[in-house]
Amino acid sequence: MSSNDKQIIQINNLNKWYGDFHALNNINLTVNEGEIVVICGPSGSGKSTLIRCINYLEKFQEGEIIVDGTSIADDVKKIRQVRSEVSMVFQHFNLFPHLTILDNLTLAPIWVHQNKKEDATERALALLDRVGIKDQAEKYPNQLSGGQQQRVAIARSLCTSPKIMLFDEPTSALDPEMISEVLDVMVELAKEGMTMVCVTHEMGFAKKVADSMIFMDEGQIIETNKPDEFFKNPESDRLKLFLNQILDK
Amino acid sequence: MATYELKNKKSPPISEIGVIKWLHENLFSSLFNSILTLFALYLLYLIIPPLADWLYFGAEFGNVTNDQCTREAACWTYIGKKLNLYIYGFYPEEHYWRIHLTFALVAVFSFIPRLFKNNAHRFKLIAFLFISYPILAFYLLYGGIGLEVVETHKWGGLTLTIIIAAVGIVASFPIGILMALGRQSKMKVIRFFSVLYIEFIRGVPLITILFMASVVLPLFFSEGIDVDKLLRALIGITLFQAAYIAEVIRGGLQAIPRGQYEAADAMGLSFFQKTSLIILPQALKISIPNIVGSFISLFKDTTLVLIIGLFDMLAIVGLSTSDVNWLGRETEGYVFVAFVLWIILYSMSKYSKNIEKRYNTELDKEKL
Ligand SMILES: Nc1ncnc2c1ncn2[C@@H]1O[C@H](COP(=O)(O)OP(=O)(O)OP(=O)(O)O)[C@@H](O)[C@H]1O
Ligand SMILES: [Mg+2]
Repeated sequence: MSSNDKQIIQINNLNKWYGDFHALNNINLTVNEGEIVVICGPSGSGKSTLIRCINYLEKFQEGEIIVDGTSIADDVKKIRQVRSEVSMVFQHFNLFPHLTILDNLTLAPIWVHQNKKEDATERALALLDRVGIKDQAEKYPNQLSGGQQQRVAIARSLCTSPKIMLFDEPTSALDPEMISEVLDVMVELAKEGMTMVCVTHEMGFAKKVADSMIFMDEGQIIETNKPDEFFKNPESDRLKLFLNQILDK
Repeated sequence: MATYELKNKKSPPISEIGVIKWLHENLFSSLFNSILTLFALYLLYLIIPPLADWLYFGAEFGNVTNDQCTREAACWTYIGKKLNLYIYGFYPEEHYWRIHLTFALVAVFSFIPRLFKNNAHRFKLIAFLFISYPILAFYLLYGGIGLEVVETHKWGGLTLTIIIAAVGIVASFPIGILMALGRQSKMKVIRFFSVLYIEFIRGVPLITILFMASVVLPLFFSEGIDVDKLLRALIGITLFQAAYIAEVIRGGLQAIPRGQYEAADAMGLSFFQKTSLIILPQALKISIPNIVGSFISLFKDTTLVLIIGLFDMLAIVGLSTSDVNWLGRETEGYVFVAFVLWIILYSMSKYSKNIEKRYNTELDKEKL
């Protein structure tokens, strides 16, 4: 299908420094519409930094990122436009504690997308139902378990019908017994054709849904491949070492 | 395996109940504490009888002149005669209703929004009332179209004290918020001026600011324009208070985790939306107790305006006792003013405890 080959994210020669520290070193990456990209790598390798550059939570010094035809430079309007199409799920959920679950979900639709409150509420309730926590709509985030909070966060990022979803280690702050409830939601999203860029070490999830795997180390993309090859025949020694460590666990 | 039978409940030994327990725990828990307790009782014995005598038993309440009134104890007749001066200053008596109405409107205006269930309507109404009240209050108190003008130098007493405190509180709040945000701004110039302002004001006593407002401020206005003395004091107090509010709110802002900013940014909220919908509500909630605390000290500080020649309640003492008919009644005056201020400040502090408690239980509820 030709529509599936539409390049929705293009990252060209991206370089980023924190002071003197070269955090991202000449990154080139293309993500097609509907593609699931999983990024892994050792701690401090720049995974978060890379994914956060895509919606401009981090500034970069060199190169360009084109999201759905829009190149983000230091232009507030364009940044906001990209952010309204790309949504992000964080490691620590980052729900707004002073708002109810429902208000957390309807905030962006109402204020960024100028939806009517009734429409936003209806859609929010439908999404909460989908992630299995409709009956908690009037509660506050602190009243929910970690797994529930992360599912709310996913519902919140779906509320604006994003074209792309970014996940930065969505399960690594969760107790083990809650990980699968969040991954199940993500698998379902993947099957429905959402474009997803996930930083995660959940290799089971990666094998199940990823279209391509990316291995990063020291701010560089070391290896990228289809999941089968990636896990069976890793080329670089560093990836072999990394896979050994992570699959041993 | 051992089994246990339920035992009958016993009442605690006599030394653990009621008055005796309380006395023991609080007053006579050790030899040293017992000595302190006895000493304190002795002091109370020395102080209370003469004090009660002065305040009440020997005091004069009747309709007498200063000369007929006792010198050994309080002459409350004086307070009675000067009560209007203490409360309304030199405001003409036939216009007292304007002051009453101004304060009554506060109650009415804070009640009206409760009649509206719809949040959006209520919010708009509150905003409208909040902006229109000061204008209305100024019109009522000062006069103008259709109402006789009462110049501000006639305002005084408790009325003036409350006006100064209220204006200081309300006007300093938005400025304080802006300064607190400015201090966190990414733009260096804004941050620099916010820090400069806050640190300058906080490094200077209010008296100095008031003097500057009354002496230096007029130099900035072109000659001939006479800026009202009260207005100058209000500007000075507002600018002073804003710096303190800014620091209190900054404390609240710093308690907001970075993730909140990032989540708001990632959604595409504008800076204004992020600040007003996500960051400020949380920061203000955290700062409430400190904000009220800062307002309480502002209320106390308003008594300093007597130095630049405004007749707030405290200044009325000196003024009314220089009346030849009531010479030498300062003590009664100061005791009375202290009592009134204490009532007001104590209520404020109780109220803030209340808010704090409600906020805490709210937090607990959220954590359930
Ligand atoms: N704000 C910052 N200032 C300076 N250095 C930073 C900053 N954020 C990240 N870094 C550095 O950049 C490098 C990459 O960080 P990043 O958070 O992208 O790593 P990561 O791959 O996501 O690691 P983890 O798996 O631990 O989340 C790290 O060495 C980190 O110390
Ligand atoms: Mg990371």
